[in-house]
Amino acid sequence: MDNYLHLKHLCFKYTGIGASTQDVLNNITLSLGVNECVAIIGQSGSGKTTLIQHFTGLLKPSSGYVFYGDQDIWAKSFRKSVLRKKIGLVFQFPETQLFEESVAKDIAFGPKNMGLQQVDIEQRVVEAMQAMELDPALFRNRSPFHLSEGEKRRVAIAGVLAMQPDMLVFDEPTAGLDPKSVQRFAMIVRRLVEAGKAIVIVSHSMDFVAEVADRVIALHAGKLVYDGNPCDFFADIKRLRDIGLERPSLLEALDTWHRPVPPFLQGVISFQEFQNKIKKFAHFHEL
Amino acid sequence: MAFLTDISLGQYYPGDSFVHRLDPRTKLLSILCFMTALLISFEPIVLIGFSILTLVIIASSQLPLALVLRNVRPFIWLFFLTIFVHVFLTPGRLLYTMPLMSLKITYEGLTLGLIYSVRLVLLILLAALLTLTTSPIELTDALERMLSPLKRFKVPTHEVVMMLTLSLRFIPTLLEEAQRLKNAQVSRGASFEGNVVQRIRSIVPLILPLFISAFRRADDLALAMDSRCYTGGEGRTSFRKLVFKSADYLVLLAVLTSLMLLIIF
Repeated sequence: MDNYLHLKHLCFKYTGIGASTQDVLNNITLSLGVNECVAIIGQSGSGKTTLIQHFTGLLKPSSGYVFYGDQDIWAKSFRKSVLRKKIGLVFQFPETQLFEESVAKDIAFGPKNMGLQQVDIEQRVVEAMQAMELDPALFRNRSPFHLSEGEKRRVAIAGVLAMQPDMLVFDEPTAGLDPKSVQRFAMIVRRLVEAGKAIVIVSHSMDFVAEVADRVIALHAGKLVYDGNPCDFFADIKRLRDIGLERPSLLEALDTWHRPVPPFLQGVISFQEFQNKIKKFAHFHEL
Repeated sequence: MAFLTDISLGQYYPGDSFVHRLDPRTKLLSILCFMTALLISFEPIVLIGFSILTLVIIASSQLPLALVLRNVRPFIWLFFLTIFVHVFLTPGRLLYTMPLMSLKITYEGLTLGLIYSVRLVLLILLAALLTLTTSPIELTDALERMLSPLKRFKVPTHEVVMMLTLSLRFIPTLLEEAQRLKNAQVSRGASFEGNVVQRIRSIVPLILPLFISAFRRADDLALAMDSRCYTGGEGRTSFRKLVFKSADYLVLLAVLTSLMLLIIF
């Protein structure tokens, strides 16, 4: 599928008295929607969360356009509820939005709002739970308030997944998760991409970004400073320093261990790829 | 739910004007006097005087005018209701009869409606001016000092004042949280429009998580206070001592004498 969400020369600033007159977002142009995993990165306050709220029209740009396909989403005739079914937003700490008495009911909230039949809702709930590695038999009737924080978050994400959007946007999905849960989440993201979804992840963790992203979009002080593949992005140390970001720890480690990086490890940024390459290398040289 | 972003209740706007520098007790007492005066007098001339006074205070506080006036906005329907009720329900000299519903507009009603709304506007503006020019800490310090005589009657003034500060402090936090939750539920297809029943029902996915997080916040706060050895009011000193300056005496003198004069005449 082609890109279907286009931001064109988008600027945003907060209005009201006492609000800063500076643009929070400044002339952002980008397209999303291809079946890939895009990471939006940048320092705190660079405008990442503000940017994703424009995707479904939760914020209105002060100037510039957001197009869904060829329709301007702020045109009078455009119904934003359509957009919100197609693009699922998962906010920071989504576990705080749970409110139903059982896990299954909470996940069913979205599909129910879409006006689906009970049978379809049931099926979507089960599918979403399985995708988020929540065993329906164990979890469906439990109260969401009695789960662990990691489980709560998976329930909340399942609630968005059950609406079966084409694109899923996560804001800091790994914040506050233990390393094992982060790994599990990386697996889940990879499976979602394989299932044909467009994934957008806002993250502070360069390790996580290196692990899952096919494309990196970097923001600095409200401006788009990079849009392209992660390898090139992490290779440019000067730019990284300029915009206040770190390199993934694997790259740091490779630099300290051996410089220059051996040819067969060139361009490797994720641990998984690293493991595969090392295994292949060892196998080839019969080590 | 646009009002979520409009509320500036208890907001403080830092500055270094004459009004900002006044002792918070002076400001609190003056406001109390003003409010009493506003509520006991019906004379239009007094209201005009107070309107001018309010403008003078706004000017000398160096606050943006729009920021002060914004506080009135959430109450606009209250003014309409006030004027409406008074205009049509006060008996007196007939000015005009509405053709369809035989509603009568009277001269007395019109004046009374205007007086009551101007009063409300002034009360709100004055209260807003107090919080805009006084930081919550100053305000509660002042309250605690002024209420301290009640300690003799075993009233836990310090605790009461602390609770007040905390609730003021958490209003913006809770509003932000509500906005965030609203966005999250809207993204799950929730709708906050429709008839009254639908709206009340749609509020559950918002209110419930909000309550849960408020309770959790309260718990965390209690723990944090405990771990910093908070024990309450007895023998507690404050970092800033409140001291009356000559400006404070002058302002208080002026305010009190005008209130006296108003009561006498």
